[in-house]
Amino acid sequence: MRTVAVVGASLAGLSAARSLRKQGYDGRLVVIGDELHRPYDRPPLSKEFLAGTVGEADLALEMDDEDLQAEWLLGVRATGLDRTDRAVRLADGREVRADGVVIATGAAARTLPGSEGLAGVHVVRTLDDARALRDELARGGRLVVIGGGFIGAEVASTAYALGLGVTVVEAAATPLAGPLGETMGGVVSALHADHGVRLLCGVGVKGLSGETRVDAVLLEDGRSIPADIVVVGVGARPCVEWLEGSGVELDNGVKCGADGRTSLAGVVAVGDCANWYDPRTGAHRRVEHWTGARERPDAAIATLLAGGAVEPGVPRPPYFWSDQYGVKIQFVGHAAGADSVTIEEGSADDRDVLAVYRRAGEPVAALGMNQPRLFTRWRKQLARPTS
Amino acid sequence: MMIPACPLADLPRGEAFRLETDPAVTVFHTEDGELFAIDDTCTHQDASLADGWVEDCWVECPLHASKFNLKTGEVDAPPAKLPVRTHEVVVEDGMVYVKLSTAAPNLPHCAVRKLAGTTA
Ligand SMILES: Cc1cc2nc3c(=O)[nH]c(=O)nc-3n(C[C@H](O)[C@H](O)[C@H](O)COP(=O)(O)OP(=O)(O)OC[C@H]3O[C@@H](n4cnc5c(N)ncnc54)[C@H](O)[C@@H]3O)c2cc1C
Ligand code: FES
Repeated sequence: MRTVAVVGASLAGLSAARSLRKQGYDGRLVVIGDELHRPYDRPPLSKEFLAGTVGEADLALEMDDEDLQAEWLLGVRATGLDRTDRAVRLADGREVRADGVVIATGAAARTLPGSEGLAGVHVVRTLDDARALRDELARGGRLVVIGGGFIGAEVASTAYALGLGVTVVEAAATPLAGPLGETMGGVVSALHADHGVRLLCGVGVKGLSGETRVDAVLLEDGRSIPADIVVVGVGARPCVEWLEGSGVELDNGVKCGADGRTSLAGVVAVGDCANWYDPRTGAHRRVEHWTGARERPDAAIATLLAGGAVEPGVPRPPYFWSDQYGVKIQFVGHAAGADSVTIEEGSADDRDVLAVYRRAGEPVAALGMNQPRLFTRWRKQLARPTS
Repeated sequence: MMIPACPLADLPRGEAFRLETDPAVTVFHTEDGELFAIDDTCTHQDASLADGWVEDCWVECPLHASKFNLKTGEVDAPPAKLPVRTHEVVVEDGMVYVKLSTAAPNLPHCAVRKLAGTTA
């Protein structure tokens, strides 16, 4: 293999570039990214960076003295992948021919149809998004967050700490019920009310009102919630349009094997855009969390360099964290499919909990709220190979 | 400075012992029977590495999974970017001692602020 192109210059792309060098690949390495920035860390964008306690320099993912001997093509979008001569086509007309391709184009924030061009309406996915929102939050006012998922909840928590009046609107009956299940979704989202942040559940958003700048969020039940700033936190969609017609099979992102291999030889996919097969559950799952984007490229690169000839190992179960209102939330495994949840330590009322999810008596997931020590033990236990 | 930590008998393999020094230091007894001491606080944010996941001679931070080499303090991958300070471990008459390093520690921003007595 003489040239490898990594498309997407963020956590998964950088991790793949590092894995390539660590695993002994010494050929040409081209990293293509449509943002102008060098790889940076996203989790702080809804937390410390938004709060103003860490600056841009702290977000850099590369070490100061790091040199991967790569060509960085930044600020240019990949628009296609040509399977016959294995070339990545770029928006500026250039082409990068490569023997190996790593797809790491991540995901983009979903927006609210009809909100385009209305001032005061934000999403939080990129550094530029977070800068703009940070500047607005600093001016204060009433914030309405649409979507009670992790990013919405973190933005609400940060804005609350900055002194804004905050309302969170969630269409489902319980926020976070998907990733955490109804019971624990309820416990975690009770953090909002603990801090006087209003949470409206089970009601959809009809639209936004305002001429040039948003002034209210209109709910489907007819209510209108006054707003100076609106954050739309309604999830993300995988950035894979550029692969249409390339022969890479797409299904909720790039459909992959348990080691990141795609339907095309010499092409692997990693991070938020990749829908990996999970041997533990026997299903594909697109994991949109930091640790997977950081760790899984090791396996994908091993596969790429071996020409697909290695047997994929069983990846560690998906893990993520979130910080809300000073509480460290950690989760590992799959909540869907669990038939019971028990609190093994602490209490839900104190928001200090170690909860274990089981299916037919077997642990399948664990949630910690301010329980890093016990949580790590469970994470370790859940990572043991199942027999 | 040599600081007594705990009797070796109280620190089985696979366990960690945290000393409430300032900054805190943790002694790890690995599954292979080796003893190592490093600063307890992750260099990324305020996490206690004593709560971490030890495999071979690496400890994985309990929060965001950067790994630190127990021998050298080196960090494997972000989000942490700085190594953790290492200390020498001495066992005498069944007692574990830590010989504190005189190098400057790499504390995260929030821990530095806490030490300085202001809130994060
Ligand atoms: C605000 C926020 C907070 C988060 N907090 C947490 C947290 O607390 N815990 C946790 O576990 N996870 C968290 N995450 C998730 C985590 O950041 C992601 O899982 C991670 O960034 C995924 O990395 P990635 O490289 O796969 O994708 P991304 O980070 O999305 O990067 C993909 C890159 O590819 C670029 N790109 C897209 N299309 C093209 C194209 N056609 N050509 C060239 N480049 C392209 C994109 O611009 C982007 O730079 C958070 C995410 C956000 C946005
Ligand atoms: S606190 Fe240790 S890696 Fe973040």
